[in-house]
Amino acid sequence: MTPRPLTITGGKLVLPTGAPLPGAVRIADGRIVALGAISAEPGDDVLDAKGALITPGLVDLGVFAIDKPAFHFGGITRAALMPDQGPPLDHPARVRFAAQSGKPDMWVHPLGAATRGLEGVELAEIALMRDAGAKAVATGRRWIADSGVMLRLMSYCAMLDLVLVTHAEDAGIAGTAVATAGEMATRLGLPAAPAEAESLAVARDLALAELTGCRLHFRQVTTTAALDLVRAAKARGVKVTAGVTPAHFMLSDLELANFRTFCRLSPPLRSDADRHAVISAIADGTIDVIASGHDPRGAEDKRLPFADAEPGMAGAETLLPLTLTLVRDGHIDMARAFALLAGNPAALLGVEAGKLEAGLEADLALVEPERPWIVDRSKMAATAGNTPFDRRPVEGRVTALFKGGNRIA
Amino acid sequence: MTESNFPAQSRYPEGGLAFPHRDLTGISHLARHEILYLLDEAEQWLALNRQRHKRAEVLSGLTIINAFFENSTRTLLSFEIAGKRLGADVVNMHAATSSVKKGETLIDTAMTLNAMRADAIVIRHASSGAVQLIADKVDCPVLNAGDGSHEHPTQALLDALTIRHALGLAPGSDLNGLKVTICGDILHSRVARSNILSLTALGADVTVCAPPALMPAEIEAMGVTPSHDFDAALQGADVVMMLRLQLERMSGQFIPSPREYRHLYGLTLERFGKLPPNVLVMHPGPMNRGIEIDSQVADHPTRSLITRQVESGVAIRMACLDVLTRRARGVPGWAAAEGAAA
Repeated sequence: MTPRPLTITGGKLVLPTGAPLPGAVRIADGRIVALGAISAEPGDDVLDAKGALITPGLVDLGVFAIDKPAFHFGGITRAALMPDQGPPLDHPARVRFAAQSGKPDMWVHPLGAATRGLEGVELAEIALMRDAGAKAVATGRRWIADSGVMLRLMSYCAMLDLVLVTHAEDAGIAGTAVATAGEMATRLGLPAAPAEAESLAVARDLALAELTGCRLHFRQVTTTAALDLVRAAKARGVKVTAGVTPAHFMLSDLELANFRTFCRLSPPLRSDADRHAVISAIADGTIDVIASGHDPRGAEDKRLPFADAEPGMAGAETLLPLTLTLVRDGHIDMARAFALLAGNPAALLGVEAGKLEAGLEADLALVEPERPWIVDRSKMAATAGNTPFDRRPVEGRVTALFKGGNRIA
Repeated sequence: MTESNFPAQSRYPEGGLAFPHRDLTGISHLARHEILYLLDEAEQWLALNRQRHKRAEVLSGLTIINAFFENSTRTLLSFEIAGKRLGADVVNMHAATSSVKKGETLIDTAMTLNAMRADAIVIRHASSGAVQLIADKVDCPVLNAGDGSHEHPTQALLDALTIRHALGLAPGSDLNGLKVTICGDILHSRVARSNILSLTALGADVTVCAPPALMPAEIEAMGVTPSHDFDAALQGADVVMMLRLQLERMSGQFIPSPREYRHLYGLTLERFGKLPPNVLVMHPGPMNRGIEIDSQVADHPTRSLITRQVESGVAIRMACLDVLTRRARGVPGWAAAEGAAA
């Protein structure tokens, strides 16, 4: 039985450009059929948004676990799953399984492992994985050290017109580092690597992308020097995009005091100067994507000495409110916030989603952008509460979420 | 160097306020007067340890667990002797023979030690921050006997006490204006970090000397002068503190070879001979004789303080065990301080 069409009225539409526009959106057969200054048609179900933002559902480019309650809380309707799973997503069958794992109320877009076992040595079956549902290819949370492998990988991805998502950290320099070299790591006696581990990796991958024409996406760019390289490469027409998570525009390595393992991230937290550079890069368009990096980790992975703890944070629930801080501080407008959170990642993955447009799947959220709440690691929807933002007051909350027209939260 | 004119009783806050911390996890938590308080408290034990009868019963009936997750001979022995001379029951737990090898987590081990109702736990662990992690989970005072490359507070205290005695300074004195050069693997050294914190808090001017690969980033933020040139770093020094270089770091990764390290950074007899005759030499041990320090220097009868460091170590650890257990023992003036800053 097909549900009746739904019209959400009295909202403010967050469109790809411009300020939020008062209006309504009409959904039928799971798709957006009309939006703007429209009203409900006879027989429609009607939902009054009561002034909330009507936004596209978030498209989270780069999560390490499928965690529906957290995604629903955070307004995420599609998530690109990193290949760093046990076992890695380096086989078409595993990709196919992952691609089906969230339906119907959550779409998972697997990122196929670029190399077998993510070892950085032999190419995985990329075309077969693509046909099994991989929307892009990723090196995982690892650096491919062999530049020859990287060159062949990029030319192959270029041929298949698949985006390659890389982790920009030169492993030779990073070694066993768990922090960025600087006063904090020195005081705490933590293994540390200079921030240049990132810019070196970015420089190499940019050179190879330029050579091969591969569409390259750095999942996280977090340092001044690396962002400058990306900015310059974009200016000369290299097909490169860059992402970041809220941790790197909200926090610096000062948070490592007292060995807080919830702040053990990969790449590690940087200096405050780098944090400001990330904000500037979001504002000037160098950074295209803000993702959660969602990686819930329990006590067995986090209640350890800092260097022994696993990296990662539970980020799905805080992705939207922390990004909205950039709007509130005037760095970006609301339309750009949702381009970073939904439109751009959807375009990178080549999926018809991430914006409010007639004909697209009705993946949308109602958001009260100023509704205050306090992040509390003990009350999170995620499977683990490893957030570096514990006890932080934030604003912005999803009050309703639709996937393909069905209300899921 | 500043000698205090105040009598000892009024030099420090009253009772438990003199040392309001439950644990000793690092020098970084301590104020100058708290460091001096521990040094002064150690004086009595230094005196006791030189007598034939070396036992006080202040910790009688208490249980101290030495939980060493990393191999140690001298620090473990020093803590064991310190506990026993104070009359406590001392139990040593070696990680090599414990369930840690069977995969038990650090937290589980900590909870187990806690359930055994230790009155103080002394911990050494190979990871920075591990001691603080355990301290947060147990109910008794925790002493850091070295955590990763982070801190080794009793080593810094015993070094300060040794210097003070070698210079003939009275209790209550700090090390204002003293020039100390610390040379070796600063990057991986918890001894260096704790000594930097303690010596600078006591007013000393500290120079740290290491090759670039073994010098941590932005070390000058800790109030020291970094140098890569050992001969230059020795100029004007009153005290030279040599650090042990792990042999595995001298096989090409950080240093081309032991003899090349000795050539650039060893306190050789030749370098020692060029120093003014009042310059003192220290080393936390164990030494690589003939590499970072020549035997004739290490064994110098008056200018090497190395064996005196070991002697001070027992006294410092007795002082720390005594002071940290006073609250639980209900020592007058200390029990009332319950609930003061942890």
